[in-house]
Amino acid sequence: MLEIKDISVHFASNHFVQAVEHIDLSVKDTEKVAIVGETGSGKSILLLAILGLLPENAVVTGQALLDGRDLLKLKRKEWDKIRGAKISYIPQGSGNGMNPLLRVGFQVGEPLMEHKKVPKKKAFQKSIELMRQFHVGDEEMVARQYPHTYSGGMRQRAMIAMGIAAGSRMILADEPTKGLDEKRIQMVAESFQMLKEETLLCVTHDLNFAKEIAQWICVMYAANQVEYAAAEEIFQNPLHPYTQDMLLAMPENGLQAGEGFALSHDEYEKGGCKYAPRCRFCETRCKREQPPMAECGGHKVRCWKYVD
Amino acid sequence: MLIRAEQITKKYRSRTGDQKAFYALKEVSIAIEKGETVGLLGESGSGKSTLGQILSGLLKPSSGELFYHDQKISFPMKGETRKKIQILFQHPEVSFNPMLPLKKSMIEPYRVCKKPYSQEILLEAIRKFGLHEEHLERKPQELSGGELQRAALARVLVMEPELIVLDEPTSMLDVISQAQIVRFLKEYQKEHQTAYLFITHNRKLAEQTCDRICEIHEGKIRV
Repeated sequence: MLEIKDISVHFASNHFVQAVEHIDLSVKDTEKVAIVGETGSGKSILLLAILGLLPENAVVTGQALLDGRDLLKLKRKEWDKIRGAKISYIPQGSGNGMNPLLRVGFQVGEPLMEHKKVPKKKAFQKSIELMRQFHVGDEEMVARQYPHTYSGGMRQRAMIAMGIAAGSRMILADEPTKGLDEKRIQMVAESFQMLKEETLLCVTHDLNFAKEIAQWICVMYAANQVEYAAAEEIFQNPLHPYTQDMLLAMPENGLQAGEGFALSHDEYEKGGCKYAPRCRFCETRCKREQPPMAECGGHKVRCWKYVD
Repeated sequence: MLIRAEQITKKYRSRTGDQKAFYALKEVSIAIEKGETVGLLGESGSGKSTLGQILSGLLKPSSGELFYHDQKISFPMKGETRKKIQILFQHPEVSFNPMLPLKKSMIEPYRVCKKPYSQEILLEAIRKFGLHEEHLERKPQELSGGELQRAALARVLVMEPELIVLDEPTSMLDVISQAQIVRFLKEYQKEHQTAYLFITHNRKLAEQTCDRICEIHEGKIRV
């Protein structure tokens, strides 16, 4: 179980940037959770904070408890034992997680060599099995190829195989479908659906993909969590105005977009609800005060409409 | 007809010579009228970006002919034709020099077109895309994907193009940014009768955005 408790991230640089603000999220074993939101909403930063992969100028507060152990307090050597063995990461951009100079089969089997001390040949054989399981390719020859010979979808599926190779049960994936075409997005979705025993926390901006793979959806806007509910509920009965606007903007709903464009970090309402400048339901209170997280019909939602 | 491509083939020779040549496009013909949005739908590797780059003069076809206002175009595309056909890429960061603040990259089309420019003219060009003075001072990597794509679109429009090849312009963006860019493109088209070749792999998006759709598969087109 992964429990994220009041995680905030800001960067200590010339411009003060609050990238993540007071996020609470609980992911039970075998649950699949998607984090959705626009570029810059802090969803990828949240994943990197959990994994201890942020640069040194990032200030992270709060707790990320994996089976009761706080990941934010781990030292580098402790991380080396955990990453790949207990928690795996599939980074953004299908090629980014792979070494271009090593054969894919070797890389998929590498966590086995590192964490389970499995000999190289055996690890390679195991990687062929895993790659078959995730339909990367049926033959040994595919495992002997280099990453550049793979399509984006194949690389992502090889990354998923790599993620579970050493028995890791917690998979953190960052935009696994970015830049892929519909057919390959479907292939990646099918691979994630094959993960029955594993727990998944997946960041994506693709709402249809989130609907396919996740039981729960966390919606982020401007560093804040604004809604959390079961995936079906988010799509059938969205409560937060931002979630509603996102769904209206989907091509299948007619690409309806409100006036104006997304704001920069420094244009958000100071002190008030960050969505207030773009919100159709904005009232005086919204501009003055940040709403707390309210419970409403199985949803957690950060909007004054549901506080009372 | 604004632009017409006839029997375009793009062939890549194998480097070692021991393999057959690879055909990215096989005798493709397509025509786009003024003020029309034509969707080009296909999987990765189907040849859609190759066709977009040939139509915008960035790539020379191996054979076939291209006509702009019924005049045959020779490659490399030059002069007024080169200015009036613009392309917007999937990854906006490739459109900007990472070493320069946005302002310097935004000035380039004014210089190419020998148009007068000032801070106020630049601001007017970017304001309608929700960008401000402080964005001009930032480097491309300090802007979000949505902001950068809007800046790339603002820069393309300086040339007052008659055709814009939109190569997956919204596939890296969230749904709201995508809808906002599409809305802007439609409004701009109404006002200026600009034609678009909208390259995408998203069928629902193409159906919502385009007047007609051509599908491309393994370098061959079907309407």
